[in-house]
Amino acid sequence: MSDLAIAATTALRLVAHGDAGLLQIVGLSLRVSFAAVLAAALVGLPFGALLAVARFPGRGALVIMTNALMGLPPVVAGLLIYLLLSRSGPLGAFGLLFTPTAMVIAQAVLVAPILAALSRQMLEAMWDEYAEQLRSFRVSAWQAVPTLLWDGRLALLTVLLAGFGRASAEVGAVMIVGGNIDGFTRMMTTTIALETSKGDLPLALALGAVLMVIVLGVNAVAQAARGASARWAG
Amino acid sequence: MRITPSILPLTAEGLCFEARGVTILRGVDLVVQAGPPTVVLGPNGAGKSVLLRLLHGLLAPSSGRIAWAGPEAEARRRQTMVFQRPVMLRRSVLANAAYPMRVAGLPRLECRSRALEALRWVGLADMAGRSARRLSGGEQQRLALARAAALAPELLFLDEPTASLDPSATRAVEAIVADFAARGCKVVMTTHDLGQARRLAGDVAFLHGGRLLEHRPASDFFNTPASPEATAFLRGELLW
Repeated sequence: MSDLAIAATTALRLVAHGDAGLLQIVGLSLRVSFAAVLAAALVGLPFGALLAVARFPGRGALVIMTNALMGLPPVVAGLLIYLLLSRSGPLGAFGLLFTPTAMVIAQAVLVAPILAALSRQMLEAMWDEYAEQLRSFRVSAWQAVPTLLWDGRLALLTVLLAGFGRASAEVGAVMIVGGNIDGFTRMMTTTIALETSKGDLPLALALGAVLMVIVLGVNAVAQAARGASARWAG
Repeated sequence: MRITPSILPLTAEGLCFEARGVTILRGVDLVVQAGPPTVVLGPNGAGKSVLLRLLHGLLAPSSGRIAWAGPEAEARRRQTMVFQRPVMLRRSVLANAAYPMRVAGLPRLECRSRALEALRWVGLADMAGRSARRLSGGEQQRLALARAAALAPELLFLDEPTASLDPSATRAVEAIVADFAARGCKVVMTTHDLGQARRLAGDVAFLHGGRLLEHRPASDFFNTPASPEATAFLRGELLW
């Protein structure tokens, strides 16, 4: 049997038996990425909606900056968070470096611009439709933000998915701020990178497969939810 | 019975409006009194919709002024507008009817009961739970009228409310508009439909080329139009 085939069978066995190490890594990855997307959504979505609605000096620059930050390289984000959280950094006192919290922060920083930029784009189109009617109802910009977020909930699900995709797939940022500590901050992506470079392909393959299944599963669930509510909303 | 003083008459003096170098309204003087509906009549492009938007405060005049009988903030609070193609929020029929009351800060239960009452009034109560964007054009316009009615406005602006509707939907909308007027709500509406103007108008403001050529009681206007443009318009000639 070739190396690849051996690796694949071992990977299958790891998944089938629910290997404790594997489950621990998968669980941590999911917790970190979901928490990061949640945190990023709390900031990014209202910010995107406000950019779509409000007109103020400097808005254009903010839009360009948000769009540009979508392409922020994860290792750069990781480095910046590292500097902030390191012992001598401004937030060093909290002792967060090399903890799951640090990884959540790093991923949230990567995801928030994506959520803000995509929701801004999408909600601006909706605002074009709504603006006159809402002004007639004397709705302020602050009131328009929750209105748009609620009415855009279907499309925002896709935006959240894009954010989750980014969070769950990136390696660089969590590697730097998490440190890839066995049993503590080891994520699916960092483990895949590490095990591959060590030549231990079965675990890497097993994690790769699980990662694919999770991303597909999350997308499928979201797709189904969107379909169901779209059938109602027309 | 209204205990608060009326926001009417509404007085517009020398209203001009220009957009991108094009003059749309040229010095419109208009007084809107309480009473039966005022219909703003005129061919397409006469400036009817712009006039309504200026009066409602959605546009600011290039020159001229608009005055209310009371404070402006109070006047704005007691008026609302229904558009030619009303915007349906991506929510249920009931949530749409309740929305403007909710953003005005009324308690949830009161919004709900007033919205339901308004929906019953326009005949949409059994569709309260449906998605508003799934309604037909006529139903959407009736929902927009219910949404306006729930606010209990003193003044209702209607911009071509039946322009994109079929005859039976138009009849339903006209009946609701007449009902608004019967309840003491002042209606100011634009139309280019002469039959509709005859059916609903108490007085007619005739706009042509951005000028207000006539503003008279409907019977006078239809029987003895003073301007050659209005005479031609009433004969069904094409004006522009």
